[in-house]
Amino acid sequence: MNLFSPFARKTFARGVHPAGNKSTAGTPLRRLPFAPRMILPLAQHIGKPAVPTVSVGQEVVRGQLIARADGFLSVPLHAPVDGVVEAIELMPSARGPWTESIVIRTYEASTQEVRCGTPRDMDALTPQEIIQAVQETGMVGLGGAAFPSHAKLTVPKGRAIHTLVVNGCECEPYLTCDHRVMLERTDDLIQGIRYAMRAVGAEKAVIGIEDNKPDAVAAIRAKLPADGRITVAAVETKYPQGAEKMLVKSALGLEVPAGGLPSEVGVVVNNVGTLAMLGRLLPLGQGLTERAVTVTGPGIKRPGDYWVPIGTPMRHILAWAGAEDVSEREIILGGPMMGQAVASLDVPVTKGVSGILVFDRRRVEAEANRPVHACIKCGECVNACPMGLNPSMLGLLADKLEYDQMGAEYHLGDCFECGCCTYVCPSNIPLVQQFRVAKGVLRERAELARAKLEPHESGERFDFGHKEGEGRKGGGSRHTVHTTPPAST
Amino acid sequence: MTGKSPRIELRAAPHVKRPVGVETIMRNVVLALLPIAAFSVWQYGLSALALLVTATLACLATERWVNRLAGGPNTLSDWSATITGLLLGLTLPPSFPLWMAAVAGFAAIALGKALFGGLGHNVFNPALVGRAFVQAAFPVSITTWVPAYAPDRFTSFIPTTFTLPFMTPPDISAWAKAAVDGFTGATPLARWKFENLLATPADLLSGAVTASAGETSALLILACGLYLAARRFLDWRIPVAVLGAAALTAWAFQFAGPERYPDPAFVLLSGGLMLGAVFMATDMATSPVTPKGVWIYGATIGVLTVMIRYFGGLTEGVMYAILIGNALAPLIDQYTQPRVFGARGRRA
Repeated sequence: MNLFSPFARKTFARGVHPAGNKSTAGTPLRRLPFAPRMILPLAQHIGKPAVPTVSVGQEVVRGQLIARADGFLSVPLHAPVDGVVEAIELMPSARGPWTESIVIRTYEASTQEVRCGTPRDMDALTPQEIIQAVQETGMVGLGGAAFPSHAKLTVPKGRAIHTLVVNGCECEPYLTCDHRVMLERTDDLIQGIRYAMRAVGAEKAVIGIEDNKPDAVAAIRAKLPADGRITVAAVETKYPQGAEKMLVKSALGLEVPAGGLPSEVGVVVNNVGTLAMLGRLLPLGQGLTERAVTVTGPGIKRPGDYWVPIGTPMRHILAWAGAEDVSEREIILGGPMMGQAVASLDVPVTKGVSGILVFDRRRVEAEANRPVHACIKCGECVNACPMGLNPSMLGLLADKLEYDQMGAEYHLGDCFECGCCTYVCPSNIPLVQQFRVAKGVLRERAELARAKLEPHESGERFDFGHKEGEGRKGGGSRHTVHTTPPAST
Repeated sequence: MTGKSPRIELRAAPHVKRPVGVETIMRNVVLALLPIAAFSVWQYGLSALALLVTATLACLATERWVNRLAGGPNTLSDWSATITGLLLGLTLPPSFPLWMAAVAGFAAIALGKALFGGLGHNVFNPALVGRAFVQAAFPVSITTWVPAYAPDRFTSFIPTTFTLPFMTPPDISAWAKAAVDGFTGATPLARWKFENLLATPADLLSGAVTASAGETSALLILACGLYLAARRFLDWRIPVAVLGAAALTAWAFQFAGPERYPDPAFVLLSGGLMLGAVFMATDMATSPVTPKGVWIYGATIGVLTVMIRYFGGLTEGVMYAILIGNALAPLIDQYTQPRVFGARGRRA
C-alpha cells in the first residue's frame, strides 16, 4: 500500500459511486426574495434548544439576537429579517414532531440590511475567546450535522490537535452549495480556517476536496497563504468521502478509532461552508442569518444554489424555483443519500439544511414499484460499507429482531447510516433503514437498563416490549425479558 | 378523493438506489450462459438442444408449481430458475434421457431451492443438487458419453434421448462408434484415470472432446465469465481462487510424481472445472460474502476437486467439491468477518 501511495488517489476503502447529478455547479449563488413569514425552530442544532429573548408583538431587526444559548451545548438564534414576532408556538419540523418556533412576519418594505454586530479585532483574541465568539454567531456544522461549531472547536482535555481538516468533499449527489462557496468566498474560507486553527491550536490545515471539483481546488490553491501551513488535498470522488472518519483517512492516512472522535488522532474536522461563514461573521461580530442551499432535482424547473435566510419556509423556495405542483413528489432536505423527506411545505430551512431536492412523480413511482427480494448474499454491501461492517449479516439479524446480537457481535454501533448498503443492494432490502430502527431499540434498552438501576424512575415510558413480540411468534418472550418495565413501587 | 391536497411521498434515506436489481444480475447470467448453450448444441446437435430445453422447462415448471403451493408471488421473473435449468442441462451428458433431465430439474428446484425457502435461502447450488440426485439415481446414464460433432447430429437424435420413463435406455456404443470413428466412450478425465492417456490442451480448449453438454469449451466459458466479471455480476475472486488452487495442487502432485500425475493445464481445462469455477462456485446465495471468505472458499473447492479426481472413485470431483464448499460457506463467513474501520486489534 505505502509502496504505491505516491501514485494512488487519496481515498478510503470501499464506498460507492452514485451518479453526481451536480448540474447546478456552474451557476453562481443567487438570492431569493424574502419570504413573508419566517419560522425559526428553537432546536435546529444538536443540544439544548435556544431560549427566546423576544416576545410576541416585538419588532426585530435583521441579525438581532432573538434566542440565547442554553448552556454550553447550545447556540443562539438571530433574526433573519426585519419584522415583527408574530408568534412563539409549535410549528412543523423536518424531523416529524412539531417544535417550538419563533414566527416572524417580514416587513416587506425593509431594505433588510444587517446593521447589528460589533466588529472584532480577531488577531487580539485568545483561543478561548475565539470559541466564545463562535458560539455567539450561533454557528453549527453547515454540512448537515448541525452540531454546534464552538463545541467542535473545543479540544477535549488531554488531547492535542496537530491538523485541522477542512471538509470540502460535498460527496452527496446533487449538492453543489459548498462547491459554490469555495469558488465565491475563497477569502472568507481562508480567514475562517485561520481562526479555527488558532482556536484548536493546530499547526497545519488540510482542505479535502473531491477531485470532481478541479476548479475549486485551483481557486483555493491560488489563494493559499505563503507560509505553507494550509494545503489542499484532492481526494477521490466517492461517497461517503465527506464523512469525518473517511476524510481523515483519505487526507492524512489516519484511522480514527472505532467509537472515537477525530481528536483522538489529533484532528478536528470542519465543513468549508461553516468556516467560510465564520471567516465572514467573526470579524463583523454578526450572527448567522442565512446559508447556501442547493435547490435541485428532476422536479425543479429552475434549479440553482441560493443564499437562503434561515427560517424560510419550503413552500416559498419551491414556488420560486418552479415546483408549484408538488403532488406525488418527494421533497428531501439535504442530499439524496442521507437527507430527510419532509411531509409539510411549512417546514423551514434550518441551519443544517444544505439542499432541497424534489424528485418527480415518475421517479417516485419507479422506486415504489421495485420488488424486495430475500438477501441473495451477493456481498455488494460488504464491499460498499466504508466502516467495514457486514450489512448482509446485520440485515438477516434485523429480520429476526436479534438487535442485541447486532450490537454486541456485528458492531452496529459503528454504523453511521451513510446508506451505501441500501444503495447497492440488488434485492432492494432497506438495510440502513432497519439499522436505524435497531439502533433506536438498543438506545432505548440501554436507557431502560439505566432506569432499572435507579428504581425511583418509572419504567412506563419504555413499554415497547409488546410491540416487538407481535411481529414474531416464539421470539417474543426472549425479548420481553430485556424490555419488561420494572414494577413501579 | 379530494384530488386537491398534495400527496407528498415520505421515504427514509437513501433516496437514490443503484439501478441494478436481482433481475438485472440474473438476466445477465442467463445471457452469458446462452453462448455456451449454443456451442453445446453446435457440438451435440438436436439432443443437446432437447436436453437444455427440457431441464430448463422442468425447473421453471417446478418453480411455478412451488409458487402456487406456497401461495407466494410468481418468482419466474427473477430469472434464477432459468439459470438453474440451463446450468443443470449443461452439466448433463448430451445423451441423457429427457425424462431423467426432467427429474433432475424437479429435484434441483424442489429439493435444492424451494425446501430451503427459495432464492437466497438455499444452502447448496440448486443445479448441482439436481445433478447429484440423478447421479445417484441413474449412475449408468450419467456416465454414458457420446462423441461431439457426429455428422448427423442436426438431423437425428441420439437413441437414448427419448427413452421412456423407467425403461432401460438402449445401448448406444454401437451407434457412437458408427457416428464417429474410433470413439472410446470415455471422457478425457476417465481416459487419464484408467488408461493414462492425456488429451491435448488444444482439444480441450476447442471442445473436441467427450464431455457433458456444456463443459467442453474452456475458452468460451472464460470469455462469458469475463463479461460477467467486467459488469460486476460475478465475483472474479472465486474463479481465480478455484482455478489457482487447483493448478497449484496439481502442480505440487506433478512435482512429486511426474510419471503418475498430469500437468496443471490438463487439470484446469478438463471436465467441468471451468464451468464449475466460473458459473457454479460463484452462485451468490451459496458462496461467502466476506472478501477473505471468498478466497478461502474458492481455494477449498480447487483443492478438493483435484483430490477427488486423483484419489476418489469418481473421475470428476467438481460437483462434490462445490457442494462441500457450499456447506462450508456460512462457517467461513463467520470466521472471516471484515475488520471494522478503526478497530483496535483484529477480531476473530
